[in-house]
Amino acid sequence: MNKLASYGVKPHDSALKEDGKKWSLMEKLLLGLTLDQYLSQLIRNKFNWVLAIIFAIGIPLIIYRFFFGLASVTHSSYDYPWGLFLGFGLFCMVPLSASGFMLGTAVEIFGRHDFEPIERLALLNGLLGYFFAVVFLLVDLGQPWRLSYPMVYSFGPAAVLFLVGWHVATYLSVQVAEVSASFFEWIGFRRGYEFIRKGVIGLTVSGIILSTLHQGALGALFVYAPGKVHPLWYSAEFQWIHFFVSSIPAGLCMVISVSTIVILTMKWRCDKRFVKNLDRLTIALAKGAAMGLATYLIIKLIAVAHDNEWAYFATGWGTWWLVEIIGFVCMPLIILAYGIRNKLVNVCRIGAFLTVAGILLNRLNTALITFNWKLYQEIPHIFEVIIAITIFAIYVGTYRFILNRLPILYQFKEQEVMAEATVPAEEDLAAEQQHIPVNA
Amino acid sequence: MSKISRRKFLAGSMAGGAAVMMSPAKKALASGSFDGFPDGMGVLVDLTRCVGCRTCEAACNKEQKLPDPALPFDDYSVFDELHLGQKRRTTDKAYTVVNRYETESSTAPVYRKIQCNHCNEPTCLTSCFVNAYTKTPEGAVIYNPKVCVGCRNCMIACPFHIPAYSYDSVLNPVIKKCVFCYDTRLKNGKPPACVESCPQQVMTFGKRKELLKIAHERIRKNPDKYVDQIYGEKEVGGTGWFYISNVPFEEAGFDQDLPKEPIINNVKGFLAIVPMVLTIWPALFTGFHLLSTKGKSHSHGDENGHDGQEGQ
Repeated sequence: MNKLASYGVKPHDSALKEDGKKWSLMEKLLLGLTLDQYLSQLIRNKFNWVLAIIFAIGIPLIIYRFFFGLASVTHSSYDYPWGLFLGFGLFCMVPLSASGFMLGTAVEIFGRHDFEPIERLALLNGLLGYFFAVVFLLVDLGQPWRLSYPMVYSFGPAAVLFLVGWHVATYLSVQVAEVSASFFEWIGFRRGYEFIRKGVIGLTVSGIILSTLHQGALGALFVYAPGKVHPLWYSAEFQWIHFFVSSIPAGLCMVISVSTIVILTMKWRCDKRFVKNLDRLTIALAKGAAMGLATYLIIKLIAVAHDNEWAYFATGWGTWWLVEIIGFVCMPLIILAYGIRNKLVNVCRIGAFLTVAGILLNRLNTALITFNWKLYQEIPHIFEVIIAITIFAIYVGTYRFILNRLPILYQFKEQEVMAEATVPAEEDLAAEQQHIPVNA
Repeated sequence: MSKISRRKFLAGSMAGGAAVMMSPAKKALASGSFDGFPDGMGVLVDLTRCVGCRTCEAACNKEQKLPDPALPFDDYSVFDELHLGQKRRTTDKAYTVVNRYETESSTAPVYRKIQCNHCNEPTCLTSCFVNAYTKTPEGAVIYNPKVCVGCRNCMIACPFHIPAYSYDSVLNPVIKKCVFCYDTRLKNGKPPACVESCPQQVMTFGKRKELLKIAHERIRKNPDKYVDQIYGEKEVGGTGWFYISNVPFEEAGFDQDLPKEPIINNVKGFLAIVPMVLTIWPALFTGFHLLSTKGKSHSHGDENGHDGQEGQ
């Protein structure tokens, strides 16, 4: 598509075509290209081939799992009941999707409208991350068709998982509502869009509540296993705060990472506003992430001090803990700080990728690697790994499919809006205004 | 100044009191402490008496109608089995298992029977989000497979690694664990099958409170024989089944690092903040919103005339 764009092919980005006619749904789905153009760019893209290979192997395996049970694709371990599907799929995807409520809060609650160019990307990142965490959950549950039981049939309100279930379900609907604003715009359902916009404060505040609680609750789930999670990763008092606080840099750095990938591979889809603001926003997000990381580092140390676990540092597990904290919390913190201070966007991006890796490591450490540290190390079944990769690939594919189409990275151009359009006090004001008459 | 008459005051207090009484006792488990039903039954396991004959395993298998094991119950080579460096554990086909431990403190091997310990405040129960587990007044921790979603959080939560899962089943995988023979025996006041079958009288069945006295008495009378600990008296808030031993418990594979209070106590701190966040956050963040957007022209929520400019 980058190639097509360089030949001057314009993707679909407005309600009306240049000749004043409305786009049909089919044309919208094909990005405003002809079918031939669309298919040829689809085949030309090497990444599609990678995805195709993963799907060809993984999707039959997922079907296989549902026909022959969990025992056919996992080690059916009694000691490690939660394998990669939850260890990676739930515990890693959810913190990396905290971006939705972070940016929603910044823009809608604190009125920081200078973050708007990236707000929708953050919201979409949140929605997809949660949605696929649920997909992972469905693959992992013994009886996924009973998923709604804790909601409607049998209640265990004193359980942390009850809270997680309810909150993820509610928050998912909140996020669907938040992202549906873009969808309504794209599909041309103006009233739906306006309806959502009216409730945006309520939606955002409920997003904050639900996120605080379930991000924390994921940590609190491990508080149930004091003898199993290694003491350095376990903290009866602070586990939920660790998970909640680390989800803040996780979400912000995920947005930086995704926007980096987007700007490198999908620049054709980004409008001027996005491209122009991205460097400034990356630094701003990096600032937030660095503050979150610094807080996280300190509360991790406080937890060790609180439970007086310094002696464990002399063991192998202690070394592994130091690798995580120095390599994946301190290092990104230093890199981010350096990048922010010297306004080096790419340095901030490296720091962001490292932070994301650090969150993955922390969650996998808690859920799998240091879990049952007194027993043995579980190595996931190869089929389990393939299925996890496949679902992640479906996630990436869906992500890209939506970014290509909905007005996430670009602003949707609509005639009646253009007339009264005003833009926040930013340097792109002038550029944007020049833009209007051309398309209006 | 408005006066509150005595009558009004009383009426008000009554109404308030009634309101408090009427409000549902939500999260009853998360408040106060619970040290077992007064007449809850238990089993005292005396490791010094066990000779590792595996009769209890066979009895359990028969009582619970479990499938035949790979090796017969009189095959003692199972004591040498190691799976990923671990001794045998309970599975979906064996609710109780006896293991042999060669210890430093004793020349003879020590045998340890494991099964569900039927905790006073079971972590499996408190971690279950569909309330599949019940602690019955008789002392058993039973499980309702009809509501189980299969999240396996109870397996994560059980400090004794007891619940197993029938992963092999495609359509109805469920948790499998010892239920104290609740349906077939305990409900009618009878001891579980394993206790009844034991030729060595390793296990004593009775009211938990009485059994604790017996256990203390045995230790007091034979201080040279027993170590001065009843494993399960205090561990994770007390368990229905508890052990006395002639070797330090860690040598016989018991986890000595478990907290002495119910594990749910660790989670209560978090559960307590939930209603606070739910009630404080809306006001707090709406307040932030009002404070930070007051007087600014492009705030979104509090005006209706600007809807067209969103997403700019």
